[in-house]
Amino acid sequence: MESIVIKDLTKKFKEFTAVDNISFKIKKGEVFGFLGPNGAGKTTTIKMLSTLFNPTSGEAKVNGFDVQTQRDDVRKSIGIVFQETALDVQLTGRENLEFHGMMYGVPKDKRNKKIDEVLKLVNMEDKANIIVKKYSGGMKRRLEIARGLIHNPEVLFLDEPTLGLDAQTRRRIWDYIKELNKKEKITIFLTTHYMEEADFLCDRIAIIDNGKIIARGTSKKLKNLLGGDVISLEIKKTPGKLKKMLETCTNCKWIKKVKAHNNHLSLTVQNAETKVTKVLKLAEKAGIDIISVSIRKPSLEDVFIHFTGKTIREAKPENFQMKMMAMRRGH
Amino acid sequence: MRAIYVLWLREMKRFTRSKSRVISSLIMPLLFLSFLGSGFQGVSVPGAGGEYINFLSPGILGMLILFSSTFAGITVMIDREYGFLKEVMVAPVSRASIALGRIAGGTTTTLIQTLMVLALSSILGFNFNIFGIPLTMLAIFLSSSVFISIGLIIASIMDQQEGFQLIVNFFIFPLFFLSGALTPITNFPEPIQILSYLSPLTYGIDVMRFALTGYSLMPVLISLPILLVSAITFVLASAYIFDKTEVK
Ligand SMILES: Nc1ncnc2c1ncn2[C@@H]1O[C@H](COP(=O)(O)OP(=O)(O)O)[C@@H](O)[C@H]1O
Ligand SMILES: [Mg+2]
Repeated sequence: MESIVIKDLTKKFKEFTAVDNISFKIKKGEVFGFLGPNGAGKTTTIKMLSTLFNPTSGEAKVNGFDVQTQRDDVRKSIGIVFQETALDVQLTGRENLEFHGMMYGVPKDKRNKKIDEVLKLVNMEDKANIIVKKYSGGMKRRLEIARGLIHNPEVLFLDEPTLGLDAQTRRRIWDYIKELNKKEKITIFLTTHYMEEADFLCDRIAIIDNGKIIARGTSKKLKNLLGGDVISLEIKKTPGKLKKMLETCTNCKWIKKVKAHNNHLSLTVQNAETKVTKVLKLAEKAGIDIISVSIRKPSLEDVFIHFTGKTIREAKPENFQMKMMAMRRGH
Repeated sequence: MRAIYVLWLREMKRFTRSKSRVISSLIMPLLFLSFLGSGFQGVSVPGAGGEYINFLSPGILGMLILFSSTFAGITVMIDREYGFLKEVMVAPVSRASIALGRIAGGTTTTLIQTLMVLALSSILGFNFNIFGIPLTMLAIFLSSSVFISIGLIIASIMDQQEGFQLIVNFFIFPLFFLSGALTPITNFPEPIQILSYLSPLTYGIDVMRFALTGYSLMPVLISLPILLVSAITFVLASAYIFDKTEVK
């Protein structure tokens, strides 16, 4: 059963196409990640799915409801944590949650129970009666995640859930998200431009750049697209022998790629751990002296580079915007 | 209905929590009352025994309604700035009820503030008819609805807070002077008088003046219906425009 079905979805701002004809499906109970640089179109997609933006063309269904013709049903089905904080800082944490519960029509006794429950989930019970103005960035984020769960949504949208947070808080939030998905069987659609986040949290990932989806699949599958792991050999420089080694390698079927530069030799292979001894034997035969060996698993960053020719960070530097957001979160 | 109540409740919580802001919003009307009231003591005005303070006080109430209501509408922009507007707009309630909730909250806080100033003005020498208070409250409520709606419309159309000062200078102050708060509009040159009659605030002040002092420019059976119709028109317009805006 599908939680989200997107077909040829497009959003244009005047001439500029922010989201360009994307299509995919998200299964119920899945954690699906949208990985892409700043300005890729992640937030715009979420805003269309949550009925805040009207799509320019294409269609999308969330929990079986059309985002254009059944907006109220869509809104009832989703919880959403926006990229930028969306709290009333003049109210306490609990009052923010109460406001939310009331807006979503959760009856009083159920609401109070649920509020206690979600506060516990994000470890905020003792902070609930403090005014939000005094919260740290991490506390605000946790409160927002808690808020997104009060009305038992079928689908939870998390737009860059850990942006601007320190490593420790990020780690904690990751754990909450994982637990949530497991315990409540909730479908989660999250966006991020952190590779590790997508890698750690998502069952499946779509890589988006300039409004287009350029690759999609499990993290493992995406990495396998690159042909495998890399075994890197540091060697003593002996040109003649190196040439022979290169030739032998090129003739081996299980070596997908081989490259040499200076005193490094890198070989792309499947399941590197099981191939190291074979590689060492080849080197011995060729008479090459090895100084060190390392194995590198490809990262999602490598996948992104493979498809776009650039790293995620350099893809679109919007430093000013990032700084503004960090400032907002910061206090 | 639910959303109207929830948003109203939120406004009440914020209001009771920001005591310093509430008190400072009362200071300007009181300063106006004490300085203008005593400074222009000798000025002759129609009605109410010719006492200027009796003429001025309903006008100052009008000023407070104008300022506090327009700002109450415009604070949607602050919600947008803080991102809270998205939380409101993504909830499964109609956009019109969101606008109405705002208006309900804003009229209530304006009503409270205005009644506070009315009470204080009696200390400053305003001699008003206590039995006129219900009609005064109705006028406050209707005028306040007009200006909160206008504030909401401005906030929906304007993207940034930069235009804020512009609105104060080119909208709020002219309306204040035009509406006969300080001097009878019959003292204005005729072309200006026409503008005065276009301002809903003129009618709001006139109804209050009638209710509190017995004097008015127009019969209350004319000014009150006009006020009512403008309130309904602006409330509907703001609900409609609010419904059409996308949330950035
Ligand atoms: N309301 C808007 N008006 C005009 N352009 C916009 C608007 N919102 C986003 N954009 C543009 O659309 C592109 C995608 O933005 P966004 O979806 O926020 O990216 P991401 O969330 O992936 O960082 C950006 O180039 C951004 O400048
Ligand atoms: Mg974004």
